Amino acid sequence: MKNHLTRPLLLAAAVASSFGLYSLTSRPTVAPDADNAGLKLPAGFGALVVAETGARARHIAVTPQGTIYVKLNRAKDGKGILELKPTAGGKATVAGGFGSYGGTGIYAKGGYLYASSDEDVYRYKLDAKGEVTNPAQPEKIVSGLLNRGEHESKSIVLDNAGNLYVNVGAYSNSCQEKDREKGSMGRPGCPILDSAGGIWQFRADKLGQTYGTGTRFATGLRNVVGLDWNAQNNQLFVMQHGRDQLHDIFPAMYDTKQSAELPAECLYALTKGANAGWPYLYYDPVKKQKILAPEYGGDGKKLADAKYLDPAAAYPAHTAPDGLLFYTGTMFPAKYRNGAFIAFHGSWNRAPEPQKGYYVVFQPFQNGKPSGPWEVFADNFAGSAEKVASGRADHKPCGLAQGPDGSLYVSDDKAGTIYRIVYNQK
Amino acid sequence: MKKLPVILSLLLLSSGAAFAQKKPAAKAPAKKPTAGVSPALLAAGKAVYTQNCLSCHQADGGGVDGMNPPLTKTDYVLGDKPRLIGVLLNGLKGLEINGEEYRSVMPAQTHLTEQQMADVLTYVRNSFGNKASAVTVGEVKAARAAKK
Repeated sequence: MKNHLTRPLLLAAAVASSFGLYSLTSRPTVAPDADNAGLKLPAGFGALVVAETGARARHIAVTPQGTIYVKLNRAKDGKGILELKPTAGGKATVAGGFGSYGGTGIYAKGGYLYASSDEDVYRYKLDAKGEVTNPAQPEKIVSGLLNRGEHESKSIVLDNAGNLYVNVGAYSNSCQEKDREKGSMGRPGCPILDSAGGIWQFRADKLGQTYGTGTRFATGLRNVVGLDWNAQNNQLFVMQHGRDQLHDIFPAMYDTKQSAELPAECLYALTKGANAGWPYLYYDPVKKQKILAPEYGGDGKKLADAKYLDPAAAYPAHTAPDGLLFYTGTMFPAKYRNGAFIAFHGSWNRAPEPQKGYYVVFQPFQNGKPSGPWEVFADNFAGSAEKVASGRADHKPCGLAQGPDGSLYVSDDKAGTIYRIVYNQK
Repeated sequence: MKKLPVILSLLLLSSGAAFAQKKPAAKAPAKKPTAGVSPALLAAGKAVYTQNCLSCHQADGGGVDGMNPPLTKTDYVLGDKPRLIGVLLNGLKGLEINGEEYRSVMPAQTHLTEQQMADVLTYVRNSFGNKASAVTVGEVKAARAAKK
């Protein structure tokens, strides 16, 4: 037995030293799991399972001291937020939980932890250890956000000027008279946009704000789950979930293959007053054009009004971008600094074509703008190529957070695994 | 054109299981999914399913977590037929099945004929591991009349 165990170790050591990169001084304090937590990563990166929460983990936040907070889709045992405390080797244990509400958004900044239900935003005071001091008495910052069941999650992020940004998704696929019904046309002057389908801005430090008192920051966004503030050029970036079911609703215009590839999932760089054009258009990643939606007179070719915002970058259709993070750490190689990681939850609306996604993408940035092609960074959350194709994935990446050492944390909305990705080469 | 796949599948069945050419109903082969529903009827239902249901409920009928409900192991599919027919006639939203919430809207499928509704419901009740009696056109008509 002993021989069997030591032999591969010796071999591995020999291989490592033969590359000339291995030295005792550069040994990481955080050890990846032997199988890299089942993930496929670029050379030099490793991954470990930090913890298993056993619940649908949505977004995730890590305080400067390394405490991890996970927002659960639905409260488990009366707890909608889990608190994970670091243990030896870079892992963590679920130390407790609080907040009886389910939801998606969670974000730590400036000594506070912010969290959202599907209607409200709360904040909790963090102490010098980076732990929540008032779990049972959070301050309610915003209440009464619209929740009509569809696209209900309220993702949140803060800028560096004390503003809070909240997504209010459109309670519709494409603003049809009858949602998702075959052949049903778009409602004129889509009234959903009056109260949803955009980003709202609030003050992060003001209690008792209501839906009505918020500022409409951007509109024409169907549903945003992943969003982050880019500190390099001081701008909000969001990932939109593109519309579904072009073939189901307009089978004469779109076959199932076209419907699987249209429209792109888009990254938008927002400024105040931006309008991304939902539901009047979708983005065709092959033609690289904004196409007039069939619900509003489009035929798959007619272009949309040019006044609407162009995407900053485009990704495969229906792959459901649920997490966006600008990487500002120094652990990863220089090319990753200030670039964007995007967690793609994975598709369902590519059927009967094979499903796609279930990975974390890296989008290079330069001077605050996407620069160069994106690449799959962390893959195989699904468990196998077959599980990707069928959509029956073991894990679905959702939230992203950066640890104080520059590790990348990923939450899993399917089985509740919390991953940590580290870079080991020096 | 439409009959071709049906005939083909019948041919395959007969060559594989060495059926007698008389009546397949008397001695059903073991792998046949259900008794009393003909392969032709299932094929017709599958065609309707593929065109109208598959993109949300998926090829395996398993649905999509948190969005589109599964069609397997649920009383909605296997139980009361008028209620099931009503889902096609009226659509459905905001459903909790076996403790899981499903958020997507199920649009009414009133563009389907009564025959297509009966076929697809029969298919769904006899696929993905389900086994329940067929839905007839008469039952669809009755449910539609009751709705009015």
